[in-house]
Amino acid sequence: MVYLPHTDEDRREMLDTIGVGSLEALFGDIPEEARFPKLDLPPPCSEMEIRQELSDLARQNEDLSRQHCFLGAGTYNHFSPATVDYVLSRGEFYSAYTPYQPEISQGTLQSMFEYQSMICRLTAMEVSNASHYDGATSLAEGVLLALGRGKRQKVIISGAVHPQYRAVVETYLRGTDAAVIGGAPFESAASLTRFLDDETAALVVQQPNFFGQFEAVTGLADAVHAVGSLLIVVVDPVSLGAFQAPGDYGADVVVADGQALGISPSFGGPHVGIFATRKDHIRHLAGRLVGETTDAAGRRGYVLTLGTREQHIRRAKATSNICTNAALIALGTAVYLATLGKTGLRQVAELCYQKSHYAAREIAQLPGVTLNPQAPAGDFFKEFVVRLPKSSAKVNQTLLKDFGVIGGYDLTRDFPELDRHMLIAVTEMNTRAAIDHLVEGLKRAIG
Amino acid sequence: MKQSRPGKGTIAEPTLYELSKIGRRGVTLPEVDVPPVALPDALLRHDNGLPELSQRDVVQHFLRLSQQTFGVDTGFYPLGSCTMKYNPKVCEEIARLPGFAQTNPLQPLETVQGNLAVIFALQEALKEIGGFADVSLQPSAGAQGELTALLMMQAYHADRGEPGRSQVLIPDTAHGTNPASTTMAGLDALEVPSDDRGNIDLKALRAACDESVVGLMLTNPNTLGLFEEQLSEVTNLVHSCGGLVYGDGANMNALAGVARPSELGIDLMHYNLHKTFATPHGGGGPGAGPLGASDHLKAYLPGPIVVKGEDDPDIYELKMPAASIGRMCTYFGNFGVFLRAYAYVRMHGAEGLRANSLHAVLNANYLRVKLRATYPVPFDRINMHEFVCQGQPVGTAARAIDVSKRLMDFGFHPPTNYFPLIVPEALMVEPTETESKETLDAFVDAMLQIAAEAREDPSHLKTAPHTMQVGRLDEAKAARDLIVNDRNF
Repeated sequence: MVYLPHTDEDRREMLDTIGVGSLEALFGDIPEEARFPKLDLPPPCSEMEIRQELSDLARQNEDLSRQHCFLGAGTYNHFSPATVDYVLSRGEFYSAYTPYQPEISQGTLQSMFEYQSMICRLTAMEVSNASHYDGATSLAEGVLLALGRGKRQKVIISGAVHPQYRAVVETYLRGTDAAVIGGAPFESAASLTRFLDDETAALVVQQPNFFGQFEAVTGLADAVHAVGSLLIVVVDPVSLGAFQAPGDYGADVVVADGQALGISPSFGGPHVGIFATRKDHIRHLAGRLVGETTDAAGRRGYVLTLGTREQHIRRAKATSNICTNAALIALGTAVYLATLGKTGLRQVAELCYQKSHYAAREIAQLPGVTLNPQAPAGDFFKEFVVRLPKSSAKVNQTLLKDFGVIGGYDLTRDFPELDRHMLIAVTEMNTRAAIDHLVEGLKRAIG
Repeated sequence: MKQSRPGKGTIAEPTLYELSKIGRRGVTLPEVDVPPVALPDALLRHDNGLPELSQRDVVQHFLRLSQQTFGVDTGFYPLGSCTMKYNPKVCEEIARLPGFAQTNPLQPLETVQGNLAVIFALQEALKEIGGFADVSLQPSAGAQGELTALLMMQAYHADRGEPGRSQVLIPDTAHGTNPASTTMAGLDALEVPSDDRGNIDLKALRAACDESVVGLMLTNPNTLGLFEEQLSEVTNLVHSCGGLVYGDGANMNALAGVARPSELGIDLMHYNLHKTFATPHGGGGPGAGPLGASDHLKAYLPGPIVVKGEDDPDIYELKMPAASIGRMCTYFGNFGVFLRAYAYVRMHGAEGLRANSLHAVLNANYLRVKLRATYPVPFDRINMHEFVCQGQPVGTAARAIDVSKRLMDFGFHPPTNYFPLIVPEALMVEPTETESKETLDAFVDAMLQIAAEAREDPSHLKTAPHTMQVGRLDEAKAARDLIVNDRNF
């Protein structure tokens, strides 16, 4: 095997040094009846063969590099500059472990520090950790942070939060006494304030929400804080290039899935969970945190800090069990944010806004189509809902087969009551010609 | 015998914000090609706070940072319990194929059958390797696999009319994630001591086993690198009080192809794809912690799981296990990690996986025997894929931290130190199978030279490292000052 460097001579010398006669003799502690089972796995193959086998499987998929894509619903087709994968391909970064030994890991640590800095600015928050697994697990940790502040056991989650995020939070709360309320899909964030009381640990809203709409957030934080509760906001980080940051409207915790920041969709993972909060909560924060310090000569350096919150020090009393996170993907988002910069991310956000509004206007003119039927007066960022005269699944089949278009998200998959509703995402990747092609395809598919 | 090292002689790298200059751009974007509408003023922000850099600056910055980072690709990385083995490059290439990387997880299933085929095949391979009835790829890390398992055990006991069970037994050698996961699951951790051979103390275990026990979290081989010598007694004791045995698969690199955990009395176990199956650690992640479950627990697994179609076995479908605890993450888990692990399993086959375990154990025992006269090994018997010695060379007052820092000057990443907690000045060494005898011998030479320094010039050790980008960093100052971003709030 090419990944084993041992020659027969090496093995012989090493076994002699240890004082055993064979490799198998090292396994005498394993009960004999269980030792060396026969495994029924496919026979080994060469590098060339595995590349071919998996290339063939990859070709069985329809993918966004070959089709026009108007599907989002939490995972987005955004432009990724060449710098991102160039840096992610550096073996020094991707083959390193968590930087427990700072002097030999300054590159990982400084890049995490810079990720934290840019996330704080982008969200207008004071502290960012070094990442969670994905947006949903960031939200679950945010809810646990809120519950951990005291004895409150009620969590209000807007029904316009991504349904899979809600599902993950519910799994995480199985071990607690907390109850989740809220859940009607088109109930506005503002109307959820009626559930607030002194039992409420947190109110969770998404901005823009799962259906693409901007929620009215003015005054929301005041209402939440008036009962001593926390406002947790799930956000699309690309929107923050041009649109209001949660820190500016009073959020206590901001979470997001960072995939939109230049990371491949990769069939849903690995993504990265962004988590930012206020400094008041820094000692209750879950996950890794990088801090600046100096060496004996006064040179600046970076280390993992506040380890006393974490499982490897604090064990059962830790703020979370998280150890492995999504550091490499966080690095990718940092390269993306640095490359796009202040002007570039604003431009991407504006392109999304303009193109999605153009697409919405055009689609709304098709016969039998209604734009954002549940919230016609609201504005949206890059996604919008349309009600079609036919089932979304059928329309999508026609779009793919006859037009080479991956259509929007069939909302009945999560909301059976939203029959014939489709969630359409438009990003900077969709040219006007592609949007016109979608409109033409929809026209035929529903005609 | 000083080897190449990262960062030597390079200048400290400024931060992105220090490099930023108003008006610079790193990339151009297309102009708006649709009739524009007015942006909604009330919703806009005036400054998104990002830096402004040229593309050349961005690349130079991150490349310099990469040169200040030590990875497996740079050199020997014997970090105990982390299985820092070589990551095959073809796996990186496969994960980047557009047909995989450019798929949205919510596409109609008929358009992603290639992805589902990979997930299904990896589920099947992991079932076979562990001997489990079913596997869910949902958990995104080992710690999340632990939490998943605890929630499943809880649901299992509740369904059997025993919801009151609340104690989780955890050996004192366990990783910190075990008790932390227990707390997250709303359960109570009860520590079980080790005996003088490094095994679980059977007497203490027997005393702890009663009707309050949810189960035992067992890392086997344990963090001393030792295989539990009375394993069947341990699992029988737990099972006989109605408890379940959870296997922490962090140390599976000793056992893949050598023994099936299910045949050792383990009811459910997580695998670390980023350890045993060679997917890169990424400077902290992403990883994946798939969970295998025996027949009596498989209905509780998180989902969705990929299955063959009931009507057409050539079509893959999704299924939520009958009594599933729910989702642990969005979509299907870390698919990009699955691709790498699957390619790795396919290239190895059963024989290759077994050969890996055999050589991982060979390398670890070789190092133990070569080092034990200088660095005492408290539990000195045949170990598995790692061993724990004391980082205080015989006849010196040096500390494990000093030895660790000095190793950097020799071009090696230090072993895990001060863990497990039951060994004073612990150094936990896991060489993995991908390292050659020459590398191991060079590491031994460095360790022996450091021991000589500890006798002759201890102050040189105390102030190590001497050749890194920075000298020994003041971690207490970092926790005091809490400068955690460029503005320090």
